[in-house]
Amino acid sequence: MVAIETTNLEKVYAIGFWRKKTRTALRPLNLTVEIGEVFGFLGPNGAGKTTTLKLLMGLVFPTAGTARILGMEIDDPVVKAQIGFLPEQPYFYDYLTAKELLEYYAQLSGVPPKERSGRVEKMLGRVGLRDAGRVQLRKFSKGMLQRVGLAQAILHDPKLVFLDEPMSGLDPTGRREVRELIQQLQHEGRTVFFSTHILSDAEALCDRVAVIHQGELRGVGAVADLTSQVHGKVEIIFAGRTVPSGLASFGGQTHVSGDVVSAVLSEEHQDTALEILRRERCRLISLTPVRRSLEEYYVQKLQPTDVGKGVGA
Amino acid sequence: MNSRIAHIAFNTFREAVRDRVLYNLIAFALLLSGAAILVGQISIGIERLVVVNLGLTAVTLFGVVIAIFIGIGLVSKEIEKRTLFTVLSRPVQRWEFVVGKFFGLTGTLVVNTLFMAIGVFLALLYVVHRLEPAAVGILTALYFIVLQFLIVCSLALLFSSFSSPMLAAVFTFALFVIGNLSEDLRGFAAVVKGIGGLIATAVAYLVPNFSALNVISQVAHGEAVAGRLIVYNSLYALLYSAMAVSGAVLIFQRRNLK
Repeated sequence: MVAIETTNLEKVYAIGFWRKKTRTALRPLNLTVEIGEVFGFLGPNGAGKTTTLKLLMGLVFPTAGTARILGMEIDDPVVKAQIGFLPEQPYFYDYLTAKELLEYYAQLSGVPPKERSGRVEKMLGRVGLRDAGRVQLRKFSKGMLQRVGLAQAILHDPKLVFLDEPMSGLDPTGRREVRELIQQLQHEGRTVFFSTHILSDAEALCDRVAVIHQGELRGVGAVADLTSQVHGKVEIIFAGRTVPSGLASFGGQTHVSGDVVSAVLSEEHQDTALEILRRERCRLISLTPVRRSLEEYYVQKLQPTDVGKGVGA
Repeated sequence: MNSRIAHIAFNTFREAVRDRVLYNLIAFALLLSGAAILVGQISIGIERLVVVNLGLTAVTLFGVVIAIFIGIGLVSKEIEKRTLFTVLSRPVQRWEFVVGKFFGLTGTLVVNTLFMAIGVFLALLYVVHRLEPAAVGILTALYFIVLQFLIVCSLALLFSSFSSPMLAAVFTFALFVIGNLSEDLRGFAAVVKGIGGLIATAVAYLVPNFSALNVISQVAHGEAVAGRLIVYNSLYALLYSAMAVSGAVLIFQRRNLK
């Protein structure tokens, strides 16, 4: 059994007064997320990330295709009891206190009455809002609302958590706390599916990522594989104030910073470069193959294709 | 009632209670009851008639305003503010959400009517120094008013499920006005011949019959309300509002929550 499986999942909106024009929000999407994975759904704003999440949550209906969560149909109430969802820029009933809101959601999620109060207190503590439990949400900052959003998403002990831009609106401390929370969720054996356009978060947290752009899935891969690919280049860092002339002749990128020089060269020049450094009596600090970053992969996947017209959401 | 519907209904009630606009409307209703006392005092010999008429009309109008005002936003506000997303991502069916919201608003209106009714009875007590024999009649009229609210709520919910809140308010209020003229509409339909007559008859029976639910004048004059009318009106209001809520559910079930 897989956590999420979509087969040709597609969403086309009818627009205009007569509803005769169409706008494709999601092109046929085939995606599989394994149980226990932290899966990053990457893409720029309007790429189709939120549409995909709404389709999986049953908030919008697919034009074609199917989606299954934990092996069941997405509209199955049994599935809904096992998933948690944090929408993008969440807004909650602001007339309620954080505690009342979580109690309400616990009721709707079917948390047994005896466990509700304890569970709510625990969640408030987990997201750092223990002291704000009795404060009405209208007095909460954006970051605090995001924390409440995270608390409600994991309140009922879900197996699978969907987070739409979970770092949005958080300060650096808040972002770090959310990163830690996602890691904790993974250690607890939960599957986390989160959308983001902050690549450093994805690189730090995800087992696998998918890149979506203009409603089209552009690529899926394991972060470890994507970032372990080498370019056939090496970075040599050594002590010195100038770049030896022999090294400069290779035409690579060099950079002098104080007493340290770094040079990115083609792998074929590696041995000659080391020989030059030995001859010039330069102390070698490090030599590392240049790896591809997630950012490079992402940017590459966003390159235009011939199917990108009329897409949004 | 299943527990999820009950929780949604209670939360809807809680929202309305914490909404300051609601308190203003109640204050207005109480003020109007105060005005009834004043008018009653200068209406020598017909104080009771004036107080009951004015008081119950105030309860009706303010209740309808509350029903429309809250009813049109019951679902649309949740979509607009996206509060619905975290509710429907739980084991909550869409129909349960709509029905829960409907019951929540109905409960709010019953409680409001209770408070406004207390105002009317206090005004009556102040003017005529006794409640009997009008009390039973007034209670019946209040019950019919609540039945009207039930229908207005369901219509507001129905219209707001496919149109903007502003249009939903206009449609609902228009139906409330037309519904109060439904007896005249039926009379008109009876005298018109041909296709026009058929259309008039269809419209007359399609719009809610608020005329039958308005016994304020009758009660104010001390006339008794037939027990049969209470049964018919109850069944009519329940059936009509159930149909309107079902319509709202059918539309909402298919709606994309963008």
